[in-house]
Amino acid sequence: MSTARHNLISAPGVPTHDVEAVNDAKRRELYKKREPIYPKLVHGKFRFAKWVFMALALGAYYFIPFLRWDRGLSAPDQAVLVDFEGRRFYFFFIEIWPQEIYYISGLLIMAALLLFLVSALFGRVWCGYACPQTVWTDLFIAIERLFEGDRNKRIKLDRAKWSFNKAWRKIGKHSVWLVIAAATGGAWILYFHDAFDTLSHFFTGGSPISAYLFFGILTFTTYMLAGTMREQVCIYMCPWPRIQAAMTDRDALNVAYRVDRGEPRGAHKKGESWDARGDCIDCKACVVACPMGIDIREGSQLECIQCALCIDACDDIMKKVDRPTGLISYDTDINIDRRREGLKPIYRFLRPRVLVYAISLAIAGSIMVFGLTTRASLDVNATRDRNPNFVQLSDGSVRNGYTLKIINRTHEDREYTIRIDGPEGLEWRILGQEETRGLIVDVPAERTQDFRIFLTVPREAITVTNQSVLFTVSPEGSEETRTAETVFLSGGSQ
Amino acid sequence: MSEKHIDQETGTETTGHEWDGIRELDNPLPRWWLWIFYACIAWSVVYWVLMPAWPAPPGMQGFTEGVIGNSERVNVAEDMNALQSSRSDHFAQLQAAGSYDAIEADPALFRFALAAGQSNFANFCATCHGAGAQGFTGYPNLNDDVWLWGGSFDDIRTTLQYGIRSDHAETRYSQMPAFGADGLLSREEIRNVRDYVLSLSGGTGFDAAALNAGAEIFASQCVSCHGDQGQGDRTQGAPNLTDAIWLYGGSPEQVENTIWRGPFGVMPAWEGRLNDPTITALATYVYSLGGGEAETAPEGAAGE
Repeated sequence: MSTARHNLISAPGVPTHDVEAVNDAKRRELYKKREPIYPKLVHGKFRFAKWVFMALALGAYYFIPFLRWDRGLSAPDQAVLVDFEGRRFYFFFIEIWPQEIYYISGLLIMAALLLFLVSALFGRVWCGYACPQTVWTDLFIAIERLFEGDRNKRIKLDRAKWSFNKAWRKIGKHSVWLVIAAATGGAWILYFHDAFDTLSHFFTGGSPISAYLFFGILTFTTYMLAGTMREQVCIYMCPWPRIQAAMTDRDALNVAYRVDRGEPRGAHKKGESWDARGDCIDCKACVVACPMGIDIREGSQLECIQCALCIDACDDIMKKVDRPTGLISYDTDINIDRRREGLKPIYRFLRPRVLVYAISLAIAGSIMVFGLTTRASLDVNATRDRNPNFVQLSDGSVRNGYTLKIINRTHEDREYTIRIDGPEGLEWRILGQEETRGLIVDVPAERTQDFRIFLTVPREAITVTNQSVLFTVSPEGSEETRTAETVFLSGGSQ
Repeated sequence: MSEKHIDQETGTETTGHEWDGIRELDNPLPRWWLWIFYACIAWSVVYWVLMPAWPAPPGMQGFTEGVIGNSERVNVAEDMNALQSSRSDHFAQLQAAGSYDAIEADPALFRFALAAGQSNFANFCATCHGAGAQGFTGYPNLNDDVWLWGGSFDDIRTTLQYGIRSDHAETRYSQMPAFGADGLLSREEIRNVRDYVLSLSGGTGFDAAALNAGAEIFASQCVSCHGDQGQGDRTQGAPNLTDAIWLYGGSPEQVENTIWRGPFGVMPAWEGRLNDPTITALATYVYSLGGGEAETAPEGAAGE
């Protein structure tokens, strides 16, 4: 049968591949060793889009650490920096302190919602285009192709006995892989300390041990995951394909084979009639193009990352045999059924699920933007002593102790004036502060400073056990004020 | 197992065991997982060689020491030493600093003194004075402005150093007689004195005759220590009886009982148990709690 098929040529340049999808669920055996996949290079709009996205993603990853952003002298000038040492996260104009870690949570929530939304609309586009595993694997396959040639040459080379030719190609490939992996690990550490500084110290052994450790880990994982494990990461290690099922529905666009148009499939000889048969000529161009080693014609599968390379492969063939393109294309489950029944396809992008995701995303985004744009350069917090709750003094007056925390988020040393509103006859004292300075205190740039404040209320003013106290803090030469509310406890009328 | 157990649904071999009708598919472990497992085994062998790991026969300290000679005990000791030496500068400064003002003038030293003081207070003082230094009946509150033996920095430091009624030769010492228990005054007389004492701090509603009798006894028995106005005397640790603070409680029963038994509050001397800079740090901490007095303390003004 297969020998017969080899002789059937539908059009010039349309080879028929005698292959089976290696990850076909029906054939797959769990005890079997990984069967290598040799994806064949395709050309087309999705392949082009993937090249462009790869260039953008990798470019951003390697380039962003070198972007600068002026924050004055007291803060680093790296645009994107996770500064564990200084306990700050910098992202262009955004600066996040440890106690504002909820912004990171917000960012993660937004990322999750965006992923849900995109999945509901377009299926696994994250997997197919943007996931680092996909991007780096794609790059590694391109390098492999550079050294060992396209699919057929690679298969031949792997089957061949060891020779000088095979050796240099293999060594070359792995060397370049390692260089890329090292660059990946190397760029990673640039996000955690000044990039230029890290670069100048890294090669002389002057960086901290953690830098080398993470460089090593990232280099190793990049090499392993993108070079040798590839599709296994997606099929066996990644949880997303399992979660995906809950995020998508019958209206979501997925890469799909149009059964209604393709079947019954079969080999086609040039000049033969297309009547009473499907457009699929069973050339298996889609199978050999697939980096996951599956046959898309089996329907949607967990293994499919929806990279759309089979669309390009099939369209190329369809053009050559002079049939309409789109035998494999982005389609929805509903439309696959409708076409089978001869109904017109319908597209419903506005679905409850999509709206919920979009609205949630908009809400989360608005809260983040609101929080970040109204983020104060000053924060004030008052904590009253609990032990003892209050101190009775010899003349019958009562004293409470407070810790007033003033957070100066600006990049300059500042003076702050404290105003205290409380019970009548209130007297104050700041521990360790010269009396001549009164209620004016200093807080250095980017620092949180604690002040111990004692408030004393005379016996006559103590009427109830619990009286309110308000600390109002404002920076010198600024309209900005922040208040902290607390209470004055006295144990009751004296 | 001789025969294979095959699950009908999946065609997969099972482990052959059955639990309440549930059988486990004998699926293989993922290869990548296995490799990590093997790597862990290999790593554990390396670990045994490098690190202390196995019980060993006597003569080897009871365990294999590992070739890189790692010892958590030594590490902890080194960390402690490093910590001590990182603090030594501050401790030296505290040793040299003569006054509270000198310590307060250096913010870093002040913060250090407060932190060291607070930590030592929790270790050594909180047992009696409470975690917040709020005191209990019979144990002075160190937050207030009442000091039996003086509230200046030097006074506080001296009290810490030598203790009160302690076994140190330099200790602060005084003793109030147990007027009732030792039979010096009758119950009736003690009640009269009690009423008089309570009237000194504004108590009212006492019988005039009792007050007069009490005043007479007070003049003969108490003024030598507590002063003719009951204002107290810090040189003897005699409390001011005119203020609102009562060390042994201010109810009539408590005051009467105090006169009856004659309190003898003891605080240990810390000299020799804590080093000088630590005592200075403790004095700084207690002084800063809110009641510390300037060096030239006003006369009198102590309390019970």
